Amino acid sequence: MSEHLAFHFDVDGENFVSAGQASVQIKKNLRQLGLPPETIRRVSIAMYEGEINMVIHANGGSADVLVYEDKIVIILDDKGPGIKDIEQAMQEGFSTATDRVRALGFGAGMGLPNMKHYTDEMTIESTVGVGTKITMQVNL
Amino acid sequence: MKVSELICKIDATEITLPEGDREISGCYIGDLLSWVMGRAEADNVWITIMSNINTVAVASLSDVSLVLLAEGVTLDGDVKAAAEAKGINVASCSLPAYEIAVKLSQLL
Repeated sequence: MSEHLAFHFDVDGENFVSAGQASVQIKKNLRQLGLPPETIRRVSIAMYEGEINMVIHANGGSADVLVYEDKIVIILDDKGPGIKDIEQAMQEGFSTATDRVRALGFGAGMGLPNMKHYTDEMTIESTVGVGTKITMQVNL
Repeated sequence: MKVSELICKIDATEITLPEGDREISGCYIGDLLSWVMGRAEADNVWITIMSNINTVAVASLSDVSLVLLAEGVTLDGDVKAAAEAKGINVASCSLPAYEIAVKLSQLL
């Protein structure tokens, strides 16, 4: 494996106040590395959507960001309920979020589609009752 | 046009302007945060009535130049402090989103 920088974050479940801290921190880190603003924007938005998903659905999880010379890899891992039907979850507008979550401005069913939209590659591995692991890649 | 100039021209009230010299380009209107993250562009004015702490995070991640709260919505003290700390410009305007956008279209 080639040399890379690694950042690790733990994401709290059910905490909408601290949600986004990891993404905002990553944005700062990537800025310090001098990466193009649009790349930083894509990575941090994709990561924020993933963070929010873990807060809403999975009682938290972990986020790892690996910065290589030619790509950035984001790995989101949770021990939540898993996704029953990934194809359905990927559809714009599909959401299982509660009314409380929707009142905060989330739950529009755009999280996973946005993650796919802003990254060059995305894979979802999910087992119901075990958890979900999402790996996203943004090419540099 | 700079954020600070725009606020004067549309008679909005400054809530916090840590980066008032930022240039504005275009506008996006929306209250659902993922729509905003999916569709707003960097340096846009974002017109919304959503004023919780997540608004600040979304503004920061989307790189919008100004959060313009419509209908006279304001920010709670802790949310205002978070916006200030993250360098997010926020202003409030008594007009509805549509009327603000009409004014913006004449200015931008």
